[in-house]
Amino acid sequence: MITTSNLSKKYNGNLVLNIASLDIPKGQSFGLVGNNGAGKTTYFSLLLDLIQPTSGYIKSNDVQVNKSEDWKPFTAAFIDESFLIGYLTAEEYFYFIGELRRQNKADVDKLVAQFEDFFHGEILGQKKYLRDLSKGNQKKAGIVAALIGNPEVIILDEPFANLDPTTQIRLKGIIKDLAEKQGVTVLISSHDLMHVTDVCERIVVLEKGEIVKDLKTSEATLKELEIHFAGDEVV
Amino acid sequence: MVKYFLSLEWKSFFRSASFGKSLGIKILMVFLSLYFTGMFLTMGIAMYPMLKKVYPDNDPFVVFNGFLFFWILGDLLIRFFFQKLPVMSVKPMLTLPIKRKTIVNFVLGKSVMSFINFLPLFAIIPFGIMLIGNDYNVSIILVWMLTMVTLTLINNFLNFIIESLSAETELSFLPIILLAGTLFSLNHFNIINISEALSKGMIAISENPMFIIIPIAVLAVLYFYNFKILRQKLFLDSSLKTKTHEVNASNMEWTKNFGDIAPFMQLDLKLLWRNKRSKTSVWMLALGLLYGLFFYPQPMYQDMPWFFAFIGIFVTGIFLINFGQFIPAWDSGYYKMLMSQNIKYEEYLKSKFTLMALSVVILFVLSIPYVYFGWKILLAHFAAAIYNVGVNTHVILYGGSFNRKKINLDQKAAFNYQGTGAVQWLIGIPLMFLPLGIFGLTYFLVGFEIGCLVLAILGIVGIVFHHKLMRIITAKYLASKYKMIDAFDQNN
Repeated sequence: MITTSNLSKKYNGNLVLNIASLDIPKGQSFGLVGNNGAGKTTYFSLLLDLIQPTSGYIKSNDVQVNKSEDWKPFTAAFIDESFLIGYLTAEEYFYFIGELRRQNKADVDKLVAQFEDFFHGEILGQKKYLRDLSKGNQKKAGIVAALIGNPEVIILDEPFANLDPTTQIRLKGIIKDLAEKQGVTVLISSHDLMHVTDVCERIVVLEKGEIVKDLKTSEATLKELEIHFAGDEVV
Repeated sequence: MVKYFLSLEWKSFFRSASFGKSLGIKILMVFLSLYFTGMFLTMGIAMYPMLKKVYPDNDPFVVFNGFLFFWILGDLLIRFFFQKLPVMSVKPMLTLPIKRKTIVNFVLGKSVMSFINFLPLFAIIPFGIMLIGNDYNVSIILVWMLTMVTLTLINNFLNFIIESLSAETELSFLPIILLAGTLFSLNHFNIINISEALSKGMIAISENPMFIIIPIAVLAVLYFYNFKILRQKLFLDSSLKTKTHEVNASNMEWTKNFGDIAPFMQLDLKLLWRNKRSKTSVWMLALGLLYGLFFYPQPMYQDMPWFFAFIGIFVTGIFLINFGQFIPAWDSGYYKMLMSQNIKYEEYLKSKFTLMALSVVILFVLSIPYVYFGWKILLAHFAAAIYNVGVNTHVILYGGSFNRKKINLDQKAAFNYQGTGAVQWLIGIPLMFLPLGIFGLTYFLVGFEIGCLVLAILGIVGIVFHHKLMRIITAKYLASKYKMIDAFDQNN
C-alpha cells in the first residue's frame, strides 16, 4: 500500500530523515516509535505532502504523493490541533470534513454515532466551538474526523497523548478494529511503548532519522523495545 | 529582579521568530518615529514665534495653556489606537518565587518607557526653553514642564484603563470615541468649559507649585487602579475560565445554491462572523461605505471628478480589500489540514472570489444614495464596482499567494499589524492607484464618460477571462504550497 524508497529530508544540511526502503502492506496496523527528533512527524508530514522530500519518494497505492494529489481521497490524518478549525462546533467540523470527502450529513451522522461512548458525551451537542474544548476532547474530535469517508489509509500522530485512560483503551479498540476488520492501513506514532505494542502488528523504531529496528509484534516485543530505549545496548 | 526581566525582554525581542522577517515593518516604524520626533521638535521650536504671530495681543504661554484640553484629548486618542499595554509572558513566572507585585510594577514601569511618552517632551522642552529665553520666570516654567510630564503619564495610565474596559466589547473603539466626542462637545457648546478650567488650573499650578500635588495625586490613583486590574489578571483562572456562551449553529442552506463551493462559502462566512479579528473587518464595511461622505459634501471635491473613481473603488471594495489582503492567511491556523484534505484548490479560491464579488455588488447597491451628490458619482461608482469584480478580485487573490504570515483570529483587528507584510503594502498600488491612474488619465485626455467606460471594460475583460485567470492563480498557490505551510506553522 505504502512504499517508501530512498527517502531523505534535510533541514539546513542536517539529515533528519533517511529511509532507504519501507513497505507497509494494506490493512497493516503500523507503529512508529522513537525519541524526540527521531523523525516520526517528519515522515508523516512527507506522507501527507506537507513538506518536500530532499530525495526519494513515497508512493501510496501507486500514487507518488509529491507528484499527484490522487492519494487524498483515500487518505485521512490527524497530526495535531492545527488540523482542527477552532471556530466550528464539533458537528459542523465533521460535516465540513464530510463535504470534502463527498459524504452527506446522514453518512456523517451514522459514522459519528458509532463513537458515542468514545466521546463520553463531551463532544456532540455541546454548543461549544472546538477552540473552547479541552486538549483531550479536541483530540477525540480530530481522531474521529479522520475516520470520516471510509479512508483506506489513516495517519495518527501521537493519538494517545492527552487522552484519559478510559479513552485510551477505547481508542485502542477502534484502531484494532479498523485494521483487522475493515482492512484499513493505520499508521500511528507514539511514545507509549505499551500502547503501541498492544495495537500494532508491526513496529518500526526510528533513531535520528534512520530505521534501527523493524519488529513484528509478539510477546517479546515490549521487552525488547524497553531494553532498546533504556539504552542498555552497546552502541 | 528587574535586571532579569530586562534581559528576558531583550531576548524575546531579538530572538522572536519574526524578527528578521518583519524587518520591513520595523524600518517603517523607525522611520515613522523619526518623522514624528522631527514634527514635535519643529512644533516645540516654532510654537513661541507662531503663537506670538497669530495672537499678537496675548501671552503665548496663556494661549498654549488654552489649547491644553485639545492636546490632552488628541494625545489620548492617538494612544488608544497606537499604544498597547506592554505584554510579558507571565505564565512561566507565576510558579517561580517572584512576588506578583514585582511583575505588575515592572510591566507598568515598562509602559512609562514607551516612545509615545517621550514624544511630547520634544515639543515641551524646546517650548519651555524658548519661554525662559523670553524672560519668563524660570521656576514657573520648570513647574509647568513637570506638570506637562505628569499629564502625559496620566494619559498613559488612563489609556490602559479605557483599553482594558473596552477590550471585551465588540466594537472596542466605540467607548473612546464616545468619551472623546462627549468631552469635546461639552466643551464646544460651552456646557462645561473644560478647556478654560484646565488652562486656569495649569496657570494656577505654575504660579503656586503646591497645587502640583493634584495632578500627581490623580496619577497615583490611576497607577494603583491599573495595578489592581493587572494584579487580578495575574491569576491563571482568568485565562482558564471556561467561556459558557452558547453557540448558535446555523446550516446556511442558502449557500447550497453555489454548488461545489458551498462548503467553503459556509466556512468563510462562519470565519467572518465567529472570530474577533475578522468580525471587525465586517464592521469596517460601515466605515468604508460612509467614506464618500468625507468628500462629496465638500464643493472642492465636486470639481474633481477624476477622484470619484478612486472613492468608488474604495467604497465598493472595502470588504474586498479588508478580507482579500489576508487570503489565505485567514485559514492559516488549519492550513495543514486543508492541504492534506481532498479539496480542489480552485474551489477553495473560488469561494473567496465569490464572496468578494458579492460584497462588491451589495456595497454598490448600498452606495446608490450617493446619487444625491450627482449622477456622475453613481456612474463612477458603477464603473469602479465592475472594475473591482473583474480586476481587483483577481489581483488580490494573486497577491495572496505571496502571503507568508500567520493570523491569530482571536485578536482584535483595528491597528493590528499581525499578518501584515510587504505584500499588504505593495498590493495597494495596483489595487487603488492603478484604477485611479487609468481613470484620471482618460479623464484628462478624453472625458469623464470615457474614463468610466475604460474602467468598466477592463472589469468586463477580467470577468470574461475569469476561468483562465483563476487557473493561473491556482497554479501560483500550488507552487507556493510548501512555503505557506511552513510559514503558517511558525508562531511569531
